[in-house]
Amino acid sequence: MESLADKERLPRDIVAMRVAKELPDGSYVNLGIGIPTMVSSFVPEGRTVFYHSESGILNCGPLAEEGNEDIDLINAGGQYLQIIDGMSFFDSAEAFAMIRGGHVDVTVLGSHQVSATGDLANWMLPQRGVGNVGGAMDLATGASGVIVAMEHTDRNGEPKIVQECTFPLTGKGCVYLIVTDLAVIECDGHGLTLKEVAPGWTPEEVQQLTGAILAISPDVKEFEL
Amino acid sequence: MKNKIFQTMDDAVADIPDGVTILSPGFSGVGVPRNLLAALNRQGAKGLTGVSNNAGTIDENVDIGTLVEAGQMKKMICAFTASPHPSQVTPFTRMYNNDEIDAELVPQGTLAERLRCAAAGIGGFYTPTSVGTELAEGKEHREINGRMHVLEHPLPGDYALVRCWKADTAGNLVFRLTQRNFNPLMAMAAKVTIVEVEEEIVEAGEIDPDLVHVAGIYVDRLVKIPSDGIWI
Repeated sequence: MESLADKERLPRDIVAMRVAKELPDGSYVNLGIGIPTMVSSFVPEGRTVFYHSESGILNCGPLAEEGNEDIDLINAGGQYLQIIDGMSFFDSAEAFAMIRGGHVDVTVLGSHQVSATGDLANWMLPQRGVGNVGGAMDLATGASGVIVAMEHTDRNGEPKIVQECTFPLTGKGCVYLIVTDLAVIECDGHGLTLKEVAPGWTPEEVQQLTGAILAISPDVKEFEL
Repeated sequence: MKNKIFQTMDDAVADIPDGVTILSPGFSGVGVPRNLLAALNRQGAKGLTGVSNNAGTIDENVDIGTLVEAGQMKKMICAFTASPHPSQVTPFTRMYNNDEIDAELVPQGTLAERLRCAAAGIGGFYTPTSVGTELAEGKEHREINGRMHVLEHPLPGDYALVRCWKADTAGNLVFRLTQRNFNPLMAMAAKVTIVEVEEEIVEAGEIDPDLVHVAGIYVDRLVKIPSDGIWI
């Protein structure tokens, strides 16, 4: 196990790049904070993706340049944005109607844990007071599908993919794809299938760092970027 | 016609009594009614219930957290209660851990929809959001079209404090960019809606009716933010 803990894993931008491949042309996408935020930098050429923000924006573009911030224009993470062509603004009820009504096609979120049946636990660590639920439960429940982008293990080396979540749940059975710094794993609501592994890693090694049983796809391959 | 224009922020909040529910919009730092919150802080009403996206940020700016820290709030209903960084402890978190304030955590979309329900006289709604989580515990569950939902109730306010970009004397409001967030919903969901306005309040007819975001029927009081007011 110790040797696996030291073994080189994929950097965060490669994880983001792999997720970006999953976003269909013309789709409406909501990106959470952390690795998900980086996904927009890697959308393959020729595809147009429209980004939704809970702050009340469709078609979010690049961050504002320093010195050119408009104090009334922020994304869900509180970062200042540029105004771009085709942008639209709306209130919070409408921002969440887009999510809860299933109009947003894909949500990419970070997570503390994901279970074998696609349960998501990303809003709260135990013993952290009342917590910050924000829009996490709306996104987990409403979007047509959740892709989780995260590190394969936590800072103590414990698996973040587990048989049953032990942290407070955000939503049940909502995750359909997990992309980590070690693997791409499909989730059909009943179990997990290992589809791709990071360069230099074997499916058995990935399984050792995973807290749930992985079915290994017959055509399992190295990360495809 | 009833004059909706008040001369000062202090005049506009003078009659807010102890124990009422205050709707306080804003997303991150945008669209926060900082001047009215500062006035309510000076006015000193206590035992208030606050409805807000967050329970106050860690920075020095006036927001609902200023009233929390001053001991004016007995309860916060919000989607975010803590700072995003565990190292930064907000006044709310400290007081909650000391049992000095009560809280109800609500998913952000449910918060918005509960306000909209209150505004529209709807008695409640069913949503799948939060099903299977601890926030659904104790709520009525019902299966609709094969999917489990929970019942959520409307969230009305006694007073809404709102910040907008432009307003006319009839109370029609216009917002800029992401300033809208919870502002229109809260303006519509309160018995008394008090608005701080960034630009000079214009005569009725000077705002294009096609561009009005909140119609004057929801707006009771308007105050122009003075040049020495809180602008950021």
